This record gives sequence, C-alpha cells and structure tokens, in this order.
Amino acid sequence: MNPWPFVAAAYAIALTGTAALTLSSWFAMRRAEAEADKLSRGS
Amino acid sequence: MHVFANPARFLKIARPLTPLLGWSGAVLIAGALCAGLFLAPAERLQGESVRIIYLHVPAAWLGMAGWAAIAVASLMQLVWRHPLAAVAARAAAVPGAAFTAICLVTGSLWGRPTWGTYWEWDGRMTSMLVLLFLYFGYLALAGAEKEKDGEGRLTAIFGLVGAVNLPIIHYSVLWWRTLHQGQSIDFLRGTSTIDASMLWPLLASALGFSLLFGAIVLMRMRAELARNKVEARLKRMTVE
Repeated sequence: MNPWPFVAAAYAIALTGTAALTLSSWFAMRRAEAEADKLSRGS
Repeated sequence: MHVFANPARFLKIARPLTPLLGWSGAVLIAGALCAGLFLAPAERLQGESVRIIYLHVPAAWLGMAGWAAIAVASLMQLVWRHPLAAVAARAAAVPGAAFTAICLVTGSLWGRPTWGTYWEWDGRMTSMLVLLFLYFGYLALAGAEKEKDGEGRLTAIFGLVGAVNLPIIHYSVLWWRTLHQGQSIDFLRGTSTIDASMLWPLLASALGFSLLFGAIVLMRMRAELARNKVEARLKRMTVE
C-alpha cells in the first residue's frame, strides 16, 4: 500500500487544524482586547 | 505561582510572551517537520508512513498535557481560589481537545497503511477517545456554569476527576498489549528505542508544538480577561 496519501492527509489535517486554532484564538483575543480598550477610553 | 495570580501582572508578562512563544513555536515546527519529511530516514518495517510520528506524538503529548494543565489549574482554583486559575483551565480546554482530535485522526491515518485498519478498540486508542469526550464534557460544563454566573467549582472538580484518565492513557500500552506499539521514549530513565536520526526531529517538533500551545493558551486567557473586563464595566454602567 502506498503510504504517501496517508502521510499527506495527516500533515494537511494537522497543519490546517493547528493554523485554524491559532488564527481563531489570535483574532478572538485581538477583538476582545480592542473592545475592552474602546470601552475604557470611552468611559 | 501566587505572584502571577494577579491579572494585571499576568497581562504585563503575557503580552510580550504571546508573540515570542507563537513565532518561535511556528519556526521550530516548520524546521522539525521539514527535517522529519526530508532528512530523517524511513523506518525499516513501517517505511515512509512513520513520518506521521512527527505530528502524531506531539499531538498526543499535548492532548494529555492540556488536561494535566486543567487539573493543576483546577486544584489551584479550588484550594487557593486564584482568580486566574479558572481562566487558565478553560483556556487550555479547546487547544487540548484540538490536539487530542489531531492525535486520533493522524493515528488513524498512520494505522491504515501500518496495521491495515483505521481503528482498533485497544487500550491506548480507546483511552485517548475517552479523553476527547472528557474535553467535550468539560467545555459544555464550563460554558453552562459561566452562563449561570457560577464560580466554576463544578467544572474544576470535573477537571480534577478527569485526570484519572491520564495514567490510564500512559500505562495502557503496558497493561494491554494489542495493536498500538509500546513505549518508545522513557523520560524518567532518559532512554529511547528510536534512532537519533529520527528522535531529534521528533523532540524538536514536540517542543515547537508545545511553544505554540503555550501561545494559544495565553491568547485565549487574554481574550477571556478582556471579555470579563467589558462585562464588568457594562454591568457597572447599567447600575450607575
């Protein structure tokens, strides 16, 4: 059995999942901190 | 640890640490995976499919490390009532669950060309699947408690009790010998059955993913602290 399709699928899933998790956490943090900053500047 | 329990002090450290951990982790992962794919040799029996090890093993370690972090933070929350402990425990849950899922999927993809099957109900695989379900339960419970403005004590107890699964996962390959291979690296004795040419990319990949995991936890903690701040301010403004 050719192992390369399995290796490629594993790398694609793991790296896409890790990138999605990192980016979603980053954007959620940026959004939440911007909102908090806006509110503290406004008050 | 008590020193970092203050949110303001924590943020002062977390702000420069987040990009540092994230970028160093990303660079290390890229280098380690390139080495694993192009420099490390194929395994004598498993052939090229062994290259999945550079993702599968770090993901497994981080899935377990995520729950260990939840258990430690939960203990600190219950015993010392650290204000950041509950935030830290909740922040580790999503990345922990994600890496457990990655471990299961990559293990399945490794199993098919090596064992001839995607799945086998053996001790190691089943206990990792149980860990994923524990993460789902923890996330659901944490969400429900937060919605009801609870202190998160029930979630913390669940986090502590769930840690019982960690030694089961670790020792499963010694207690039940089925398809999954036995222990290859013994950190306590400092020994490994993996050849050095394959071991160093594996350890570099594990370190890279660990640094990135740390950055993700910090990002999620900072996001929750900012949301809590907004919520508290809005409540105060409503009262005034």
